Amino acid sequence: MSILDIRNLNVRFATQDGEVSAVNDVSLSLERGECLGIVGESGSGKSQTFMAGMGLLAANGRPTGKVLFDGKNLIGADEDTFNAVRGDRMSMIFQDPMTSLTPHMRVGRQLGEVLIRHRGVSEAEARAQSLTMLKRVQIPEAERRLDMYPHELSGGLRQRVMIAMALMCSPELIIADEPTTALDVTVQAQILDILRDVKERLNTAVILITHDLGVIAGLADRVAVMYAGRIVEVGDVRSIFADPRHPYTRGLLACTPRLDEAGAGLMTTISGQPPNLQRLPSGCSFHPRCAHVTDRCKTERPLLEVVGPSRAKACFVDVKAA
Amino acid sequence: MLSFVARRLLIAIPTLWAIITVCFFLMRLAPGGPFDGEAPVPPEILANLRAAYNLDQPIGLQYLNYMADLLRGDFGPSFKYKDFTVNELIAQGFVVSAQNGLSAIILAIIIGIPFGILAALRQNSVVDYTVSGLSMTGIVVPGFVMAPILILIFAIGLKDTPFQLPAGTWEGGALKHRILPVFCLSLIYIAYLARITRASMIEALRQNYVLTARAKGLPFRQVVMRHALKTAMMPVVTFLGPGIAFLLTGSMVFETIFQLPGIGRYFVQGALNRDYTLVMGVTILSASLIILMNIVVDVVYGLLDPRVRYE
Amino acid sequence: MTSSTNLTSPHGAALAATEDIQGRSLWQDALRRLLANRAALASLVVLVVIALACFILPSFLPWTYEQIDWDRMEANPPSIETGHYLGTDTLGRDLLARVLFGGQVSMTVGILATFVALLIGVSVGAVAGFLGGRVDQLLMRFVDLMYTIPLTFFVIILMVLFGRNFILMFLAIGCIEWLTMARIVRGQTLTLKNKEFIEAARASGGSTLSIIARHIVPNVLGVVIVYVTLTIPQVILIESFLSFLGLGIQEPMTSWGMLISEGAAEMETTPRALLVPALLMTTTLFCFNFLGDGLRDALDPKDR
Repeated sequence: MSILDIRNLNVRFATQDGEVSAVNDVSLSLERGECLGIVGESGSGKSQTFMAGMGLLAANGRPTGKVLFDGKNLIGADEDTFNAVRGDRMSMIFQDPMTSLTPHMRVGRQLGEVLIRHRGVSEAEARAQSLTMLKRVQIPEAERRLDMYPHELSGGLRQRVMIAMALMCSPELIIADEPTTALDVTVQAQILDILRDVKERLNTAVILITHDLGVIAGLADRVAVMYAGRIVEVGDVRSIFADPRHPYTRGLLACTPRLDEAGAGLMTTISGQPPNLQRLPSGCSFHPRCAHVTDRCKTERPLLEVVGPSRAKACFVDVKAA
Repeated sequence: MLSFVARRLLIAIPTLWAIITVCFFLMRLAPGGPFDGEAPVPPEILANLRAAYNLDQPIGLQYLNYMADLLRGDFGPSFKYKDFTVNELIAQGFVVSAQNGLSAIILAIIIGIPFGILAALRQNSVVDYTVSGLSMTGIVVPGFVMAPILILIFAIGLKDTPFQLPAGTWEGGALKHRILPVFCLSLIYIAYLARITRASMIEALRQNYVLTARAKGLPFRQVVMRHALKTAMMPVVTFLGPGIAFLLTGSMVFETIFQLPGIGRYFVQGALNRDYTLVMGVTILSASLIILMNIVVDVVYGLLDPRVRYE
Repeated sequence: MTSSTNLTSPHGAALAATEDIQGRSLWQDALRRLLANRAALASLVVLVVIALACFILPSFLPWTYEQIDWDRMEANPPSIETGHYLGTDTLGRDLLARVLFGGQVSMTVGILATFVALLIGVSVGAVAGFLGGRVDQLLMRFVDLMYTIPLTFFVIILMVLFGRNFILMFLAIGCIEWLTMARIVRGQTLTLKNKEFIEAARASGGSTLSIIARHIVPNVLGVVIVYVTLTIPQVILIESFLSFLGLGIQEPMTSWGMLISEGAAEMETTPRALLVPALLMTTTLFCFNFLGDGLRDALDPKDR
């Protein structure tokens, strides 16, 4: 059974300026030990999809559809059900390590409370295990760090603490939401190495949410591209990078500079701007920015269709032919 | 931390000195004096009076004398309450004001803060609207409107019932005579505390680390108490510091309305009578307390947030 | 493959641009949000009604605020016949006329004192924030210092010493109410200072003064408006507090605070003498506060 199976998930936010559809009819599944990359611009709904699955949507957010975690639907579950799963079997790493740790609590206590909560261990035992975990994510002088406050650690160290915190109960699924975006380039690589190590040694399934295709390529097995709250293309990482079928995916890849190609100085961009989620364009949401737009794209919305072994895309145009 | 407190106390001295000096010259240089009351005083008696209080000396000398006395802890004689020194008046009044103020602040904390938290946790619910509405009422309805209305109800309306509460009498501070004044005194602080706590708790719950705490599967209660509360208390402490100082030095309005022998009333009486030394005394006491409480606030900041350094 | 490319990617630039896609101006947006806020809108309407009543209605009443009805030299019940629609006070003066006139005085003091506070606060805040460095430190230290002083004491001392006069009162209140304004404006200016359009203005040779006047001030206007709306009721409260202690303006002039004070003295016999001015003043304060909160939400939606 898939560890995570999202079926027809929708997320709407009621705002003063009207309803915003952040996630539209998203279906995805993920096997144990697999890493799925989710790519998209900010506002593409990539984070909200999984916030809904964790029960962490803002108060004005309303999810519909199903998110099956190990076969059990979590959408509409009560807070206790979520609390039993969160931090134990499923945990999350957030984007900004500078603000995601409680400033007035020592690192050791913040780590330990996960175990105390889910495993009911003693303070001493929690501390010992926290120490082990800090060492596992390669934090130097781990013993000393336990008694430090977050502001006494660098950004990279704090993100390692976040990862250690997510790993405390050996979860079956880790959702990493832009885990490297706020970090220096060299630190980014180290963090990704740690995540890769976790995935391979502990057989943990990983959802890697990012707008950085470089991060995806290094870690993910499969990738789903999201645009305006929908999945527009999904498939095996190699085949998508080698042969993107959706114009948006092509655009994303084209505007990622590559060192190994001649003419690297010339970068293309996707013209236009991401759509307003309150007033989505008719038909395909991407059509106002698409170079291959047809009349049909303006009126009819393309559905996700299988286009090859483990590949699907939502586009009428055969980009290759065009 | 000790050296921080010491340094802050040291800085407080010139501040206090500036306040005293400005106050002193403001009062002495203004037209009129403490002895031109309703009945005109014969010139020779006036001259004697002025001499008795050293008001006939050059103002610079008066200032130096006053400061010298002050350094010895002597606020001088009262101009109006002739048999008392300002020290005695303040000592008596401060006991009354501080007792009432302390009761009011405790009442305000145990009512205001929990209701503020409750409103924040149930944002946009009936509870929230009720708490917000009531606290807004408490803030905009001035004490001198609230107090007469409460007197109208409890002292006059409920006369000869068990619920009658006396007003306008002190009786040496018997419990029954304190209820209305203390309640009135605490109302506005309850209102402010509820409002500030609500706003800062909502802000604290919006922090990323609260999301992290929830993602750990901690029960919401624990998320609030352990992760959000400390941050949320910072604006509350900022408000409470000077608030406590004000309450301890008595309320001019309520001590006037309820005829309480506290220093708030002494200040009003002193100001109206141009009782220079009494006004100076109360001002100095009040300013010192406010400065002191602001130092306490900064110390508490450091306890609530380890990022705050004592510099 | 290199692990990171996003820092240099133009894709990143596209992301940044999304912030500005809504072309509507800040003010249009704010107006729309304000109009959607019923409490704020209703408050605005009530305020306008009260203000109009206070400033216009008295000239249509049969009695003026200081006129004594010699036929009725005591508290009289409301009556249409006598022209005392809300009755009279114990001296036989028309309550309605007095309450409306008191409102005029209270509101005028509120607005004038707030204006004084506005002038001082915005100048100090904008100068401190814009010039930075020594000037900033000095000014803000001064503000910090002022915060630790019981300023109402000073107002009281001033009022006692220099007589209870109208001009002194709003000047004195204005002089103690500017501190928060200065802090807020300084904070805003600091964040604005490093924005591109200020750079541009400086690069094209604008003088410091003209940059402050043309670019900083208009951009801090939002917070200033909010704060003005919240300062006016505070001033009205201080004024009424002074009047209550007998330190406000002098008879035969009157204000809500004085009327409440007088009403409280005779509340056992004529409660309406207390309740009418109290109700009107409280309503006004309520409305200013709701409007201020509404404006804040409208101009700064994050802070909801």
